[in-house]
Amino acid sequence: MRDILAQPRSMFSGRLRWVLIAIIVVIAPFAMKELELLTNFGLITQVNRALIFVALAQGLNIVVGLAGLLDLGYAAFFAIGAYTFGLLTWPSHDIEMSFFLAIWICALVAAVFGIIIGAPTLRLRGDYLAIVTLAFGEIIPALVRNLGDFTLTFRGRVLIEDYNLTNGSQGLTPLGRPDFSFLENLFGLDKGAFNVGVDPTFWYFAIVITSMIVLFSAIRLNNSRLGRAWKAIREDETAADFMGVDPIRTKLAAFAIGASFSGLAGAVYASMLGAIFPELFKFQVSIFLLIIVVLSGRGSIWGVLIGGIIIATFDGVFLAQVLPDIFNGELLPEYDVQSLRWVFFGIGLIVIMIFRPQGLFPPKSIETKIVPPTTESAEGAPNS
Amino acid sequence: MSILLEAQGVSKAFGRLVAVDTLDYTIEDNSINSIIGPNGAGKTTFFNVVTGYYKPTTGKVVFNQRNISGSRPNQLTRIGIARTFQTIRLFNNLTARENVLIGMHHRLKSGVFGDIFRPPAVRREEAKAYEEAGQLLDYVGLKGYEEHAAKSLPYGHQRRLEIARALATQPKLLLLDEPTAGMNPNETQDMILFIRKLRDERNLSILLIEHDMKVVMTISDKVTVLDYGKKISEGQPAEVQKDERVIEAYLGRRALEMLKK
Repeated sequence: MRDILAQPRSMFSGRLRWVLIAIIVVIAPFAMKELELLTNFGLITQVNRALIFVALAQGLNIVVGLAGLLDLGYAAFFAIGAYTFGLLTWPSHDIEMSFFLAIWICALVAAVFGIIIGAPTLRLRGDYLAIVTLAFGEIIPALVRNLGDFTLTFRGRVLIEDYNLTNGSQGLTPLGRPDFSFLENLFGLDKGAFNVGVDPTFWYFAIVITSMIVLFSAIRLNNSRLGRAWKAIREDETAADFMGVDPIRTKLAAFAIGASFSGLAGAVYASMLGAIFPELFKFQVSIFLLIIVVLSGRGSIWGVLIGGIIIATFDGVFLAQVLPDIFNGELLPEYDVQSLRWVFFGIGLIVIMIFRPQGLFPPKSIETKIVPPTTESAEGAPNS
Repeated sequence: MSILLEAQGVSKAFGRLVAVDTLDYTIEDNSINSIIGPNGAGKTTFFNVVTGYYKPTTGKVVFNQRNISGSRPNQLTRIGIARTFQTIRLFNNLTARENVLIGMHHRLKSGVFGDIFRPPAVRREEAKAYEEAGQLLDYVGLKGYEEHAAKSLPYGHQRRLEIARALATQPKLLLLDEPTAGMNPNETQDMILFIRKLRDERNLSILLIEHDMKVVMTISDKVTVLDYGKKISEGQPAEVQKDERVIEAYLGRRALEMLKK
């Protein structure tokens, strides 16, 4: 029996499929613009947010889905990416690095933090690792909140005094945006013709490109030497060790690469919003990303892509806008329907775990046929 | 004949329980060696010391003139020690081919960026590994099962897949922990022939834990009997079979006395 959900791509074949997808991706923001005018709901910004979450979820999927390491504090790497971008481009710090350079540095910094966090903790397995990552996810926002005014002394000497690194709970704003003035010079246009600012259609394409970079890397890694090693660790860490796979290095690579995706997405997200606060990277973000990965199908890259778009858009459009619009009119004028958000996800998680524990779009190799023992191959080979 | 592995006074204690007790043991090139003994005699513990899962409490293990006590399992795999498990430990949700490819992991060179960008060298390496995995599966008799999930294979096939995966690491020493457990007489006979074939064709030494005495006595060049972590007898199969201490360990002193009468 073929599982239709497991192979959402089998509807169209080959090149035609890719052309269709490309057309949809390009037309989507303009179609959404029209829909926004018709319905009065914010769509593009929500889809942009959803795509950022897809890029984040791809990183988490490498850690949780492929390498099988339960990370409950993944939003910390998101925060590190966003705040690195903030530090590099916030005018008060006088660095104001170019967007195009800064985003890669953010990915790198997040990867380094992945290794720093991973090195002492990845010796732990299962529940213990989950607890440590949970703590790490709490530490980073707390650190960011408290580095708005700090003094560093070493043996009585004051090294840094009253330094404002992160601007505390007020957050960093404004932040750097991609600068296309070189295009203006190139084509001899007026100044400001390529000033993208907060234009959601521009950000849609910027985020699509970011997600595609992440998606491409994830697909390639999934089917590679390192990807196989991750899956071997997930299936049986001890056996993998005996087969020549170094568990610590392999798990560190998963942490670092997962974190780098998150760092890149965090940087782009920070630039899009133009402002970041510690509140954006709360524990709930880690849980939301985990829900995307688990509901979509752990280890399934296409699944996380499709599931991530559906779940995050459902959250941003339906739960945040459509539902309040319906209920707050006459039925429940006072009630904050948004507060039921986590109830929806909770119920969704329970239903999926009972009826489809492998997730909505599980990876293909988990679908197994039971092979009947054939006499021909049973007597075959060892002595052939 | 040169010596491939030498354990010198190896002990492994868990608290006050001494599972392996000052054991001296050697394995020669191209030989089949069996370790037998009653349950709890320390056979699997000794396996785990040799493969790096446990660090010996005292003594040392020398492999290819190199002290390997304290090395991690994956380091030992790299220098030529591979094993199978008493209870099958395959990567269940991976295909048979992927299981074998994991065994080649340490021989492949691609890094993170090679994996993402796939330059021609990486493509060639992967294609070659893919092919070699197919050949190894064919060698152990799993042709046609390459793309099946490991967990969907019948029991006997899973045992062979474990051996294929171990062979993929290109071992000089292959440790098999009860390879014929749960097999019927026909399958056991196949396995005996297969183990011999491995030694002769693949130029490796085999260390075997086995309860089936027919298997042990048929294929071993050397049999070692352990009891309470100590070596109580060692030699060619026929010698060990006659050793009174062995009979006593297996059947008890009373049985030995009855046999003597």
